[in-house]
Formats: sequence, C-alpha cells, structure tokens
Amino acid sequence: MTAAAVKSHEAAPRRRKANLLPYFLSLPALLVCVGILIPFVTAIYYSLLRFRLNLPMLKGFIWFQNYIDFLTDATFWHTVRVSLLYTALTVGVELVFGLTIALLLQKPSRVNNVISVLLLLPLMTAPAIAALMWKLMTNPNFGVLSYFVQLLGVSNFKWASDPNTALFTVVLVDVWVYTPFIMILLLAGLRSLPQQPFEAAALDGVPRRFVFFRITLPMLMPYMVTAALFRLLDSIQQFDIIYPMTQGGPGDTLLVFQVRSYLEFYQYTNVGKSAALLIILWAITYALSNVFIKQWLRLRERARGLA
Amino acid sequence: MSDKAKDFFEAFKAGKMSRRELMAGAGKLGLSAAAANFLLNGAATRALAADFNWKKFSGEKLHLLLNKHPYADAMIADLANFKTLTGMDVTYDIFPEDVYFDKVTAALSSKSSQYDAFMTGAYMTWTYGPAGWIEDLNQWIKDPAKTNPNYNWDDVLPGLRASTAWNGVPGGELGSADAKQWCIPWGFELNSITYNRKMYDKVGVKPANNLPELVETAAKLTKDLGGPYGIGVRGSRSWATIHPGFLSGYANYGQKDFTVSDGKLKAAMNTPESKDYHKLWVKMIQESGPKNWSTYTWYQVGTDLGAGASATIFDADILGYFMDGGDNKEKGNLGFHAFAANPAAKAPTPNVWIWSLAMNAASKQKDAAWYFMQWASSTEHDMFGARKMDFVNPVRQSVWKDDEFRNRIEKSYNGYLQQYEASSPGARIYFTAQPLFFDVTTQWAETLQKMVAKQVPVDEGLDQLAASIDKQLKDAGLG
Repeated sequence: MTAAAVKSHEAAPRRRKANLLPYFLSLPALLVCVGILIPFVTAIYYSLLRFRLNLPMLKGFIWFQNYIDFLTDATFWHTVRVSLLYTALTVGVELVFGLTIALLLQKPSRVNNVISVLLLLPLMTAPAIAALMWKLMTNPNFGVLSYFVQLLGVSNFKWASDPNTALFTVVLVDVWVYTPFIMILLLAGLRSLPQQPFEAAALDGVPRRFVFFRITLPMLMPYMVTAALFRLLDSIQQFDIIYPMTQGGPGDTLLVFQVRSYLEFYQYTNVGKSAALLIILWAITYALSNVFIKQWLRLRERARGLA
Repeated sequence: MSDKAKDFFEAFKAGKMSRRELMAGAGKLGLSAAAANFLLNGAATRALAADFNWKKFSGEKLHLLLNKHPYADAMIADLANFKTLTGMDVTYDIFPEDVYFDKVTAALSSKSSQYDAFMTGAYMTWTYGPAGWIEDLNQWIKDPAKTNPNYNWDDVLPGLRASTAWNGVPGGELGSADAKQWCIPWGFELNSITYNRKMYDKVGVKPANNLPELVETAAKLTKDLGGPYGIGVRGSRSWATIHPGFLSGYANYGQKDFTVSDGKLKAAMNTPESKDYHKLWVKMIQESGPKNWSTYTWYQVGTDLGAGASATIFDADILGYFMDGGDNKEKGNLGFHAFAANPAAKAPTPNVWIWSLAMNAASKQKDAAWYFMQWASSTEHDMFGARKMDFVNPVRQSVWKDDEFRNRIEKSYNGYLQQYEASSPGARIYFTAQPLFFDVTTQWAETLQKMVAKQVPVDEGLDQLAASIDKQLKDAGLG
C-alpha cells in the first residue's frame, strides 16, 4: 500500500464524520420540528373526522365536511370578522401608543429609563390576571373605572356586559397589557437608528415633522412591522383576556376563534370541529404572516438603502 | 382515649343512650365538645367496620380529583377516619370550579389512571358515561361482597338516585330500570328564593309567590331601595346560567327543553308558553337585574346578596345558606322561600345540581376506589358533615330527620328548613338527558343574553335557537 493510499484510507472515516456532523447539529431543531409537526398533522387528521368524544359510535372520516359546515355557517363568519377586527384594533392602537411613548422616551436619561421600566409592569402581569383585575375595575357596582365614568356624566355604562361596548373593553385591556411590548421594541429600534441622516437633516434645518415622516418612520418601519407581526400572531389567537371577561359574550359578540375552539373541545367534546377551527385559524395566521414578512423584507432593504 | 371513654361512645353508637346523655357524660369525663365529636365519629367508624372487611385494601393508595367546595372540606376533615378504618392512604388534588371541569375532561379523555375517583355533577356524566370514561356503579352497589351491609343505598333521596342514573339513550328517562348509575349523589342544591329580610321590611314587600309577582316585587325593590338591585340571577354565557332558577321556573310552567318521539329529539323552547315565560324572565332582568348580568356566575349572584348589593336571588338554596353566615355583611339578615314560578302551579319544581362522586374507568384500583366512595357517601360521613361542617344539603333521608342537624339549621338559618321541605318533593333534574347538553345550554344562555341586550326579540330568538338546535341534533344523528 502506498503512503497516499494509507492517507486516503485514514481520511475516509474523518470525512464520514464530517459529513454526519451537520445532521447531528441539526438534530435538536429536527426534534423540535417533529414535536410541532406531530400535533399539527394530528390536528389536520382530526379536522377531517366526525369526532365527538361523547358520541364515539359516530366517529368516522368525513373529509372536509367540518370545514364546509363552518364556511356555510353565518356564526363562523361572525367569528372571522370579530377575530380580525379585534386583531386590527389591538395591533393598530398599540402601535400608535407604543410609538408615541417610545418617541417620548427616546432620549436616554435617568428619568426616561425609570419610566420605561415602570411602563413595562403591565407586561409582567399574566393576561388572565389582568382580565380579572379589569373585570373588577369595570364592575358597575363598585368598580373604580365605573365610578370615574359616572363622574364624567356617563351613567349605566356596562363595559364588557353590553354588546355595544364589549369589544371596546377587551381591546382596552389588551392595549393596557401589550402596549409596553411594542413600546420597548420601538424604543430599542429608535435608539439604534444611525445618526447621520438626522444630523444631516438638522444641519439643513429640515422641519421636525418632515424628519419624522421622511426619515424616522421609514427607518423604523422594519421594527414596527416586526412588533406588529408578533402582536398580530398573538392577537388573532386571543383567549386569555376575552374568555375570563366575557366567555365570548354577550351573545356571540366576542366569540373569537380560540374561545370558540376551546368551547368546542372542552365543553362540547367535539374534537373534529375544534381541530377544524384551529386549522382555519392557522391558515389565516399563515397568510397574514406571509404578507407581513414580505413587507418586512422589503422595508428592511429600503431602510438599508436609506442608511 | 381511656377505655372508659371509649366504652361510653360505643354505648351511644349501640343506641344505649341519647345524644344529650352522651354529651353530658363526655363533659363529666373532661372531654371538650370538639374532642367528643371526634371520638363520636371514631366510634361511628368502628361501628361501620363491624360487619365488613374494610381492611381488604389496606396499604393501597388512592388519588382523588376534587373541586374546592364545602363538601370537599367536610370530607377532608373526616378523612383520617377513613384512613384508620381501611388502612388505605388517600391523596387529592383540589381545583377551583372555574377550571375544575376542564381538568376533569383532560384527565378522563386522556384515559389517565392518575385519579381513581372524582367529584362531578350529574349533567357531566351525560358526556363522561357514553364516552366510556366512568364506571356504572351498579356493579358495586349491588354486590354485597363489595358494599358494606350498612350502606343503605335506599336511604339516599330517591329523586337524587334517579337523577344520577341514565341508560345512555338520548332522551331516556333518568332513573329508568335499565339506567346505569354513573355517579353517587354526595351533596345537592335545589333552587329557591333567598331574600334580604331587612330590605324587604324597609320597602314593605313580601317574598313573591310566582314569577309575575317576582317581576313586580324586584322592580319595586330596585326603585325604592335606591342602590341595591331587586333580583340576582346568573347570566354568563354558560350552561350554568340555565340550570338554576331559570330552568326551575321553566319547568314549573310545564315547559321542556325537548320533546322525544320515536327516539328522536326535537327542541321545544319555542312554544307560545315558553315564549311567554322567556319574556317575563327577560323583563325581570332588564328592569331589576344587575347591570353587568351577562357576566354573572353563581359567585357574583351570591356575593352581591351577601354584601347587600342585591335584595333577592333565585338560585341555589345553599348559596343563600352560605351568604347568611361567615363574614358576610348581611349575615343573619336573609330569609328563605320556596318558589313556584307559575301562578297556576301547586308546588315548586326546583331543578337540582348534585355534587356527586364518580369512578374513573381508567383507574387501576376500582374496588379500593369504591371503598372510598361508599365511605364518603355513607350515613356516618353524611351525618358528620351535616352536623359539624357545612355539608348542606345532605343527600340522605336519615340525616334530614336528625334532630341535631335540624336544630342547628333551624336556629341559625331562618326559614331554611321550611323552604327545603316545601321545595324538595318536586326537586329533580328537569333537563332531558342527552349528549349535546352543553352545546344546547350554552347556546340557550347566549340567546338569553341577546334577548336581554335587545339584540333579538324573544319570539325570533327562540325560533332561531330551536332551529339551530334541531340542526345540531340532526347532524349528531339524534334528531
């Protein structure tokens, strides 16, 4: 055997090891992926079944009947509408408030740092606890907010108990809990923006409104889209504020996807319908996320161009 | 305990002396009332052990799933006696009611053997039974080798025994000859009026005798009291809104949730009589109910009465009982009143909620679990709970005849016994047993909310509700 042959023979196991290394390294990700995919595929399978736990004799494959039932049911379209409306309102209001607060706290100072930490406190509260807290505060008999509303001359304001004000009330709680999340992301974004464009604008005496709309906002947009995407994914799956406050009521006013799906499974033990609802919710979330991510990539490129 | 004291309590259990003589004698022996009660229950435990091998499963360990409730508290207070009696160990998890039934559903549907027995309501067994998650307890109750000869199953109120037994046929009569005993009644509540006597005296009204009167009385109370509202009833978007006062009144008007014909169910909520009843109910809430009625569970209904924020409730009698004691502001001010909603009815027809014990079909020690269940529903434990704890309402007829229990209630809870005696003959479950119970009642509550909020007129709302339920029944092969 020549020296070269021996060398090549020794190198073979090393190459095999090197070839396997990426697979070993990606194993944890693969396991996580499998952990997500198994329930996902199971949910798709269940959504194609007539499957109520308390009527086991009826269990059977019905293909897309659960989906057809939903798509031809007016109450389902109400669920779609109220889920999207809730998402749009919460994300929109939180972006406006979060951005405003972030701009106010943009300049690092001891006071601003303390305020930004204090403003994070609602985010530390579990949403279900926040919902119960707000339920007490909005109680018409003894709630502190009801008292203030009465002082303003508004009597008989029923908050989450009235179909006309229920959405407003739960959006208010969501805004209270999650605005700090947007605020902290945007604050980090604002403080990390390159200073050259602002310095150039200051030298040129560009008006502040122009600076905000033409420089700050476009450069901050990737951060805003990221924050909005996170909130969108969470808002459209809202459960822990709406359920403790209203259980989806009054009537079906706040019967959003997750509340409806929860009731289908835990109350009615209708696994098939519950799974179908969650798959539809996943499809909507997936579509919206795609739109956002494409937008985010486009804006990031534009922001790089600006920088 | 000295032999003398022990003999003394054994003599009482053997019926050789009265309770008064026992307590006087215990005092002479230097025993406090609490110690005497503990010893008495110990004697009861030994009496229970006399004719039955309670030690058969000694060394085994049971695990229970419990709801946070005075019934569970009473059981836990007496649990040491069960452990002594059987040599078994018992552990338990307790959950608040808000999440309790979700936990039960999750535990049972996963076929987990973690829990051997658990607390449940009869309505829940209409889901758990057909799903195969719980056992038919007849196989233990009727087996003399497994059940203590002193158990006396017939002592449990007949309406409750029937209400917890169902043959699994949608629309099948509760308690029919072929019914399976899905759970053992443990404690129960029926629905009646509890009112604030001081507020009633102040306004100069008497407890209403029927629903039209209640609507008027509640409106007057709301108007004249200038703060507290007239009537508290549940309103959340849940089955729990339908089963207490609402269904009790509904049944009193002779109305049903379903008609059953040739084994098929048909929704019956949209009859003219039902519509009239709904109109009265909706009017009562709109005029005199809490402002945020649509979020009201039993908890808000009860605490408002106890805090003096409401003048009346039409809900569980034991809710009134608990609000008339403890640290409540209105403690001692409440009165109890049997209520027949229909002016033409001869007697009340309260729908009942029965806290019961059921056995997990996945349990690996079912015979041992049955030992616990029969002990927890025994006369001895029921008596202990009724006399010493807040185990109201007890499910055994013998306990209701017990002087000590009756005197205690009579002394502290004005009119409670009279209310119970007038209400109980008609007390049973008035729902039709069927597997879509939670779908139907949740949608019914949703419709009530829409009617109260004036989103839909009563007639139209009930027609829509009936049509929707008929469709669901048809889809499930039940209609």
